[in-house]
Amino acid sequence: MKAIITVIGKDKKGIIAFVANACSRYGANILDISQTVLREYFSMIMLVDMSDVTSVGFREFSDALKQEGEAHHVDIRVMHEDIFNAMHRI
Amino acid sequence: MLNTGDILQTVRMIREENLDIRTVTMGISLFDCISDDPMRLEAKIYDKITRSAKNLVSVCEDLERTYGIPIVNKRISVTPISYLGTTLPPENYVRLALTLERAAAALGVNFIGGFSAHVQKGMILGAQNLMEAIPEALATTEHVCSSINVATTKAGINMDAVAKMGEVVMQTARRTAERDSIGCAKLVVFANIPEDNPFMAGAVHGIGESDTVINVGVSGPGVVAAAIREVGDCDFSTLADTVKKVAFKITRVGQLIAYEASRRLGVPYGIVDLSLAPTPAAGDSVAEILENMGLARTGTHGTTAALALLNDAVKKGGVMASSHVGGLSGAFIPVSEDRGMIDAVRAGTLCLDKLEAMTAVCSVGLDMIAIPGDVEPETVSAIIADEISIGVINNKTTAVRVIPVIGKGVGETVEFGGLLGYAPIMPVHRESAVSFIRRGGRIPAPIHSLRN
Repeated sequence: MKAIITVIGKDKKGIIAFVANACSRYGANILDISQTVLREYFSMIMLVDMSDVTSVGFREFSDALKQEGEAHHVDIRVMHEDIFNAMHRI
Repeated sequence: MLNTGDILQTVRMIREENLDIRTVTMGISLFDCISDDPMRLEAKIYDKITRSAKNLVSVCEDLERTYGIPIVNKRISVTPISYLGTTLPPENYVRLALTLERAAAALGVNFIGGFSAHVQKGMILGAQNLMEAIPEALATTEHVCSSINVATTKAGINMDAVAKMGEVVMQTARRTAERDSIGCAKLVVFANIPEDNPFMAGAVHGIGESDTVINVGVSGPGVVAAAIREVGDCDFSTLADTVKKVAFKITRVGQLIAYEASRRLGVPYGIVDLSLAPTPAAGDSVAEILENMGLARTGTHGTTAALALLNDAVKKGGVMASSHVGGLSGAFIPVSEDRGMIDAVRAGTLCLDKLEAMTAVCSVGLDMIAIPGDVEPETVSAIIADEISIGVINNKTTAVRVIPVIGKGVGETVEFGGLLGYAPIMPVHRESAVSFIRRGGRIPAPIHSLRN
């Protein structure tokens, strides 16, 4: 199963590093990354494969990243890719 | 990979525009609980509900986390209770309401609907006794919702039931007077009640439904309002197309959640209800949509046309996005639950008569409207009769959920809290309709009900 991680917040150094680190810790494999900075606003979209995330469930993984995001003052959401497929593909 | 613009649009809808799933409602048939022993009936109802829905809340919470979209309410609807205890006296119906309350509390759901009766043509003893029990039932429970269907296009209007419900609404207001008559916020009178509606206070599990079912109600006024703001100064065709596209996307999320909830719970999927349901939160208002279309204030001339366009476009966009559509499906205009509506009432632009006109072109009726607590029961009945007539003649669902706030008058504000919001008390006409309401009997079904 694949998930989309979105990170939105004020730009600063090391955001991708800590998100990638967290993914690696839980076993999520990063398949694609796209990042933009508009003015001071940072947004990153990461496609990850969740099939090797076995130590915790999706919910715990999502909660853990959200909490790490809060610690770094950015908004992190982990969402199953199907919600985007449902909304934007017929 | 998906288009990044699409991904960020979805995230923005959820983060900033209050996109959510308003409710996942599990319908549960209670027919297999029927027993001639009242205690056994209560025990079986409690067991059936708590057994059938034991995983409802946890599955919904998992879905929220997996898909990153809030599911605001988890609810249960049951077989109209009047069918279950037809020979029971009113006090036993109150006990059945308390049974529903206990089951709702045990499961942690937000509401349980189905303390209901269908009396469009006549009243069986069970329906009469349930209606007698409503004021006490709603005063002694928190989560139980009650609905009475007093008319259908096929049967006409049971004016005896309309007269009775005026009294029941007033008694419910008085029984909950110390809490701003909040009991009336859980009581709704219908014409053409749908049997698969996931929204409260009118959710019931219809008698033609399967043993259990999952129905989902979507939301998203903020998303539509933002899309209209973004498209700016365009003509009506473009405006309608914009609403349709957004409604499609909103409904696809509802369909996804309905399908997944159904799969994980092992319960058949029923319908997605395509309603635009506002909340009192800023930016989650149907009135704001109308105002973004170009009205200085909701309630002014042009409001009915704007709402008609919105309602139609929501359905056209939504119906393509879901395999089964049902429930109420349309834009809701509950006054106390919509900040823009509240502001329009305060500004004096939006009045009861205009709201009634608006309900002719949208879902669902005169909803969450606070009126003075010193009105006559017959006035409440007359308000119900007017609104129900619109539904009967136009082959649509209409409903009335008014709250006569005991001890308060026009200009004062009442606070219900949570999703139920707050409302300025609106004036009603004081000229009597007593002689009209007291005629008794039925208003015949309209000629166009004869369609065979």
